[in-house]
Amino acid sequence: MKTIRIGCGAGFSGDRIEPAVELAQKGELDYLVFECLAERTIALAQQARVRDPDGGYDPMLVARIEAVLEECRKRGTTIISNMGAANPNAAGDAVRSVARRLGISGIRVATVTGDDVRGLIGTADFVVMETGAPVRELGDRLVAANAYIGAEPILEALSDGADVVITGRAADPSLFVAPLAHEHGWGMDDWAAVGRATLVGHLLECAGQITGGYFADPGRKDVGGLDALGFPLAEVPERGPVVVTKVQGSGGAVTPATCKEQLLYEIHDPAAYITPDTVADFTGVRIEQAGANRVAIDGATGRRRPDTLKVSLACRDGFVGEGQISYAGSGAVDRARLAAEIVVQRLKRARLRPVEVRCDLIGMNSLHGSGVGHSTRPYEVRLRVAARTSSLADAQAVANEVESLYTNGPAGGGGATRSAREILSLVSTLIPRELVQCRVRAEVV
Amino acid sequence: MKLRDVAHSRSGDKGAIVNVSLIAFDPRHYASLVRHVTAARVKDHFAAMATGEVVRYELPLIGALNFVVHGIVGGGVTRTLALDAHGKSLSSALLEIEIPDDEWSR
Repeated sequence: MKTIRIGCGAGFSGDRIEPAVELAQKGELDYLVFECLAERTIALAQQARVRDPDGGYDPMLVARIEAVLEECRKRGTTIISNMGAANPNAAGDAVRSVARRLGISGIRVATVTGDDVRGLIGTADFVVMETGAPVRELGDRLVAANAYIGAEPILEALSDGADVVITGRAADPSLFVAPLAHEHGWGMDDWAAVGRATLVGHLLECAGQITGGYFADPGRKDVGGLDALGFPLAEVPERGPVVVTKVQGSGGAVTPATCKEQLLYEIHDPAAYITPDTVADFTGVRIEQAGANRVAIDGATGRRRPDTLKVSLACRDGFVGEGQISYAGSGAVDRARLAAEIVVQRLKRARLRPVEVRCDLIGMNSLHGSGVGHSTRPYEVRLRVAARTSSLADAQAVANEVESLYTNGPAGGGGATRSAREILSLVSTLIPRELVQCRVRAEVV
Repeated sequence: MKLRDVAHSRSGDKGAIVNVSLIAFDPRHYASLVRHVTAARVKDHFAAMATGEVVRYELPLIGALNFVVHGIVGGGVTRTLALDAHGKSLSSALLEIEIPDDEWSR
């Protein structure tokens, strides 16, 4: 029975490149997928494209492709990635430039567009899922609207012989579903097969998170060789269990425990994991050790895909100013609290009226408030003041009030830092899938 | 004893909704987790961090529970002023829940 080897060389935009190179060299892969788009990443990319019409794709695209293209070419490994972000066609051009620079010829680079639906989002009465308000009311605050597109256009590119496929906002698992359907000849309406492929994508899409990254807890969950953490690959036969593993000799661990954590990562109802390709059902999944760093996974299925696609909407939503400063020794906590009070009073005095102010004592209550845990007084504590404001100038003023605690606040404050930035908030809407027309464009270098 | 002694956890966000898994180290402890770690208990435990409902899903085949926590204070990843905007550290908060010492021996 034919078995496809598919690896994941990135789990987010800023992910490490070395493990991807290791996968390309030693993974004996049929496909190498790079998943690099989070909801906010694409909004930032849209803003980058506004500044530079040839920009707006993943800032690490060139470095990643440069690092693996020759190896993938040599071994016949097809590359699939959503690193096209807000500008897949420009990303395709960048990939072709890398190929030319490396002296590689004869490769077919395909790009998928159509996920950018900003043009049509204002034309009908779409509703913001989180608030129930019309999308139209977002007005010029809306900076990006990207639909989560599925595996079909990627499948089209692969059927057309692509060696590299670059997309924008394709759903993460779809990057894996397309090559598996392509190789095994599954119809996109074979919901059980698509559900099974969706599980493979879901497990691999965060790269190191299934090979021991984001897992270690010394004494309870020890993981060896984390500094040389390997990225995952799956062996996917046409039917039966899928094996998740990593390159032999790489660091980290693939165990039933790492796979279980990743199975439920960012999942709500495990019987209804909704993607553009299917409504996957993971409730029947069984996970078993199948050798050292080999885990067999079986039992995922799927139901008919939804008639709508989810659209991620990014909106300008004010500014955040933030400052931090540390205090140590006996009385550190009291001094940090006094410092917080001073900042809040000074903001009032300056009539800054931030929309919202938050003061945390890092080391005591910054992550979970005072609700969980029994904090004794720490030797040192770091005050963090963050405020939402309506202008960048006000955000800077908030940060300034924290920094100026140096000479205008309690004794012994040190290590102040400050920042001010615009924030993009994200909401979503659903649109009929037939409104989203994807286009595949391929060019041979 | 704390949950940390018998189970592990990972959390992930989707906007103002965070899911937190709870996975038994020993699958034989699953039934005890089901009994002790109810949605109400988790809602109460997370009261300072989330104001919405908590829904629990059961996955007996892998010895795990999945808690979906709504109404994260501050509005979730892109709006919140919180330091851990993604709620990634909520897994560690869940594992602090106290459980009775008996019924976990093998």
